[in-house]
Amino acid sequence: MRSLLSTLAVIFFSPAIFAAAPIQHWQTAQGSQVYYVHTEGLPMVDIQVVFDAGSVREANQWGVASLTADLLESGAGQWQANEIAERFERVGAIFSSASSIDTASVSLRTLTDKPLFESAIDTMRVLISQPRFDDADFLREKNRSLAGLKQQQESPAEMASLAFYEALYGSHPYGHPSSGTLATVTALKVNDVRAFYKSHYVAANAMVVIVGDLTTQQAEQTATTLVKDLPIGTAQPPVPEVTLPTQAQRKHIEFPSTQTHVLVGIPGTYRNDPDYFDLYVGNHILGGGGLVSKLFDEVREKRGLAYSASSAFIPMLKPGPFIANLQTRNDQTTQALQVMHDTLTDYINNGPTDAELQAAKKNIIGGFAMRFDTNKELANYVAMIGFYHLPLDYLDNFQQKIAQVTVASITRAFKQHVPVNQLQTITVGKSAK
Amino acid sequence: MKHRILLTVLLSLPVLTSHAEPAVVEAILDNGLKVIVKEDHRSPVVVSQVWYKVGSSYEPEGITGISHMLEHMMFKGTDKHPAGEFSRIIAENGGDENAFTGQDYTAYFQTLAADKLAVSFDLEADRMRNLHLLPEELKKELEVVTEERRMRTDDNPQAKMAEHFATMAFSNSPYKHPIIGWPDDIASYQVDDLIAWYQRWYAPNNATLVVVGDIKTAEVMALAKQYFADLKPSVLKPLKPQVDIAQLGQRKMVVKVPAQLPSVLLGYKVPSLNTATTEQDAYALEVLAGVLDGGNSARLSKSLVRGQQLAVAASAGYSLTSRLANLFELDATPAEGKTVWELETALKQEVFTLQKQLISAEELQRIKAQVLASAVYERDSGFYQAMQLGMLETIGLGWQKADEYVTKINSVTAEQVREVARKYLREDQLSIAYLEPQPMNSAHSTKPARPL
Repeated sequence: MRSLLSTLAVIFFSPAIFAAAPIQHWQTAQGSQVYYVHTEGLPMVDIQVVFDAGSVREANQWGVASLTADLLESGAGQWQANEIAERFERVGAIFSSASSIDTASVSLRTLTDKPLFESAIDTMRVLISQPRFDDADFLREKNRSLAGLKQQQESPAEMASLAFYEALYGSHPYGHPSSGTLATVTALKVNDVRAFYKSHYVAANAMVVIVGDLTTQQAEQTATTLVKDLPIGTAQPPVPEVTLPTQAQRKHIEFPSTQTHVLVGIPGTYRNDPDYFDLYVGNHILGGGGLVSKLFDEVREKRGLAYSASSAFIPMLKPGPFIANLQTRNDQTTQALQVMHDTLTDYINNGPTDAELQAAKKNIIGGFAMRFDTNKELANYVAMIGFYHLPLDYLDNFQQKIAQVTVASITRAFKQHVPVNQLQTITVGKSAK
Repeated sequence: MKHRILLTVLLSLPVLTSHAEPAVVEAILDNGLKVIVKEDHRSPVVVSQVWYKVGSSYEPEGITGISHMLEHMMFKGTDKHPAGEFSRIIAENGGDENAFTGQDYTAYFQTLAADKLAVSFDLEADRMRNLHLLPEELKKELEVVTEERRMRTDDNPQAKMAEHFATMAFSNSPYKHPIIGWPDDIASYQVDDLIAWYQRWYAPNNATLVVVGDIKTAEVMALAKQYFADLKPSVLKPLKPQVDIAQLGQRKMVVKVPAQLPSVLLGYKVPSLNTATTEQDAYALEVLAGVLDGGNSARLSKSLVRGQQLAVAASAGYSLTSRLANLFELDATPAEGKTVWELETALKQEVFTLQKQLISAEELQRIKAQVLASAVYERDSGFYQAMQLGMLETIGLGWQKADEYVTKINSVTAEQVREVARKYLREDQLSIAYLEPQPMNSAHSTKPARPL
């Protein structure tokens, strides 16, 4: 094994350059941004139309962004939900729509054979530009959404996550649940959805991502077709800045579960943060490296306290959360929290060792090609690059950016972005009697 | 009938033939290890999976979950690679890895840059025969698995109901116990139990090595020989059949757990592709599942969720590829103001309709179009392709079944779908569970839980 490893080390220091497929970028006549990557080998394409229409945009009507995205396939143009579903499914296309905090996305996976492809694209165009939002559909989907919210309350993990975002962001639009609450969704009217759609699903606020086996000309035509019926509209204003919690706080929610779910964190980093790569590599060592990380080792491997123990930065338009989490038997909560706290504090104060950093770099750089070895993953990367205005050569420079990270840069970045005395802690479970 | 024309277009896609599926090649080493290789040069990546023919359905009572426990212990080291080294080496080589246990298989995988395949082979070959099973490691890992069980099942009302449901629906089939095992069994494993399980099942002649990716088949075969050929085979004792006894009437149960929403779960005893006396029955059941739940235009969404608005969610599931006879399941969550009994009636009505009336030509064509398209989409993922080959091989059907799938589904007729609905979806073969929510007693249950 030793000789094999030293050979590999040599390979690592002169990595074979794996160029990602180049991203072509243009703008439609109405001002929508288009990002296209040509991939070969399979007669298929993944398409996303992404709107700046996530829950960050919904003011006090929590849940309206999600309900709007859900309702697109419930009726559009002359079609009811059944006809829409049949139009996609009879050509083997897979359609979905969803919203997150920052975005709302409409996605299509289809074969590229002309009649099938054109039928699927045409259906998608109508859904995006002429949704009906009929009363009956609205009421049904609203009721389903309310049922989903009740089911959310069955899950200690979900309850912990909701409390966590609230603790980190307070009244900032990142602080409220993306799917709303029972009270806010109950209060929604069909006109709220119509109004949200009208102001947010506009060309100036839309981005088209195409990854697959099309020619550039076909991609241009497809992008134009998809958004041509959208009014130009106006782009959304900037998202408000995030204010960090000023002091460490702990909140416990009593829950009838056998485990206590623990979340510790703080608003951490945003997509265009110059410190992003330092934090990314640093977190890989701390808790992001799957079966190899400090948290995994301390909590699970050494002590058997939890099945999963990990940490992550979730970069968004504004600083998204840094989250460290575990779940443990209720009566072990104090011990597990202590282990997590000690591991975090030690890491933030002292940073990684050089050996840890080298191992992390080998993993991230060596596994680079696996990040987007499917059409779908590549499409997600391209959507991220487009939405967050990252450089088009982001993937080409990724390995180099990772290689430039140092022990000192990680240590500095963690001290700055993850201040120990401001961390928020949420526990959800049955407290020990 | 423009739908029919569309399907014809789909079936004669010229692009599909020019993108002909790369050939799968198999070889069997002298020690019995089967090696299956599929080249896929779309990305400079390789996935390597080792599948063992053992899973929870191989387990006797008292040590349920031991296959899964052993999966965890497989990361605890050998003479050559002490505990933690396996994962460290894979990580340092840029790899991703994990493992999973099912009712009929235990599998280990790594994805790596294509030129690193040997790293995976070296480590997997080593732990196939030389694993350390130490009491102190087992003691810690028992706790980890117990936490995993709490997270997956004990604190999840739906999972808990499904677990109880299986104990009722099956009489003596090993599918009645959970993959992760019963809590008492998990707490009581001894190192000797694990050693015996490991020695019995972890051998080259009980394993399949599947490799898919940007590799050359001949090189993979040579590499497989280099790393695995010296491993000693075992004498494998045949597995007892444990065929579930005939069910003699409908079974019902109520599961009371703290929850917010009620739900109902129906399961009919059906054959799988492996157990069906006529293979076509299994493919017809697969199409039947598609008629009910193959997308948003399928009957459960169309009729129960949208049309009658009885359910907020409804689904149907059939396991074509299980080793033993399994259940055709229907489950649904009632809409506000509706009951699980109304839903049960509506679900049974859907079954009744399938037994009375032929499915429409459009429905059949829609399913066939979806299957054909999926066959292309699936090839987007090397991991998925390897999964398919490994699973089919491990449950005893042979990987070649993957190639037949589209053709077989295409050959299913509306009459055959009606026939399997009549033959298998019978009341006497049905088990039903109702989830009856109990108060959650937390600050967040602002309202009392809904009665059934």
